[in-house]
Amino acid sequence: MKRNDMRARNHAAYWAFLIHRLSGLALALFLPVHFWALGHAIQGEAALDGFLKLTDNPLFKTGEWGLVILLSLHMMGGVRLLLIEFRPWTGLRKDWVAFSLGAGLCAGLAFMLSLFS
Amino acid sequence: MTTLNVRVWRGNEDGEFVSYQVPRNASQTVLDVVTYIQRHLEPDLGYRFACRVGMCGSCAMTVNGKARWSCRTHVAKVVQGDALEIAPLSNLPVIKDLATDMTAFFDKWAAAKGQFKGATTRHDAFASVEPASPARKAADAGIECIGCGVCYASCDVVGWRPDYLGPAAMNRAWTLVNDVRDVVGTERLRAVAGDAGCHSCHTQGSCTERCPKQLAPTAGIAGLKRIVAKAAIKGEL
Amino acid sequence: MNKAISVGTQARLWYWQRLSAMVLALCVVGHLIVIMVAVRGGLSGAEVLARTRGNWAFGAFYACFVLACTVHVPIGLMRIAEEWLAWRSRGVVTAAWLFAAVLGLAGLRAVYAVVMP
Repeated sequence: MKRNDMRARNHAAYWAFLIHRLSGLALALFLPVHFWALGHAIQGEAALDGFLKLTDNPLFKTGEWGLVILLSLHMMGGVRLLLIEFRPWTGLRKDWVAFSLGAGLCAGLAFMLSLFS
Repeated sequence: MTTLNVRVWRGNEDGEFVSYQVPRNASQTVLDVVTYIQRHLEPDLGYRFACRVGMCGSCAMTVNGKARWSCRTHVAKVVQGDALEIAPLSNLPVIKDLATDMTAFFDKWAAAKGQFKGATTRHDAFASVEPASPARKAADAGIECIGCGVCYASCDVVGWRPDYLGPAAMNRAWTLVNDVRDVVGTERLRAVAGDAGCHSCHTQGSCTERCPKQLAPTAGIAGLKRIVAKAAIKGEL
Repeated sequence: MNKAISVGTQARLWYWQRLSAMVLALCVVGHLIVIMVAVRGGLSGAEVLARTRGNWAFGAFYACFVLACTVHVPIGLMRIAEEWLAWRSRGVVTAAWLFAAVLGLAGLRAVYAVVMP
């Protein structure tokens, strides 16, 4: 059988799905690492501080910035899905796709502002 | 531009695109193009059509990557320069050229309990169905499906999960779930639940985007998720 | 069809994932605010722990967050494995449970690590 390519997928709701799934995957893989990092505090403040000093570089901060954006996108995209699944049908809610992107942008900007203040 | 450069899928799964030069006319549809090729250039080109006026759904094909009715697709709307690419519907076995084997599509319709079953006879009074009731409105919103397969061909989950029932079958099931006269009940909910059913819909929305009758299988499947959840909580599943 | 799971269980997985999503939507908003505040002026073990040590409200919030993740994340990952890795068997269900256990244990340990006085 023939399969679809990107021409069939090039519409808002599909992009929303892809972003939601990929951001979820990235966050899922990040979480255990995040928990392990915070767990250093069991060995005391110095242990946690030692780890945090390791993360104090541009590459890491860029990663954190990316994760904050992905978290925001995943959450807003998820709220859109909850609305589609639980509220009366009003279409594919492409306005929410737009809000999600806006929220991601805001989260990214807010993070950068916080980082440099 | 007076000539179209048309690439048409020839063969079965192991086929290839073959190019044809087709005269371009005003108000020409993709079905006109395919018919021209079969009549003048390639007599053994396999393709389907019937009504050629957008009522039967037989002529569904993949045109420039998107599933459409070829009889209702004007060349002017989809042509890229002078190029057209015509392929059979995705997600279905290819019999020959542009004709696919739709057995799985209709088998899944049946598997989703997409048939009405009533409990009254001609000797009983007419059923009383309030047209403005939410249930009837929900059913009416999906009832116009003619089983053309465009939504099924557009859905990636159908491609990823071989036993996924697909949007059309579940849209039909949804209309019947909302039909107060139907008595299949929980059996149908069991048929459409699970990862071969509504729970694998990820709201990609390609079905709703592409449906030539502007139906929204996404809505129906979301509705099925809610009703199935209620049944599961009550222990009816 | 993943024959390892009944349709009743599939239905329950669906609504548990949506319920946990609703909880997570609130938790994520809270967490994003915490991140923006925490990241100001750089991250240090002392600063982080000064805010979290002995803070039982913080602990309760984040414990709840961890538990919601434990429900939400493995179900999503399972879908990805079934569809993109064609992994449809008892094995993928077991893997999902394992991941849930990892998230739960590591997450609660992390909450304990930063809240324990």
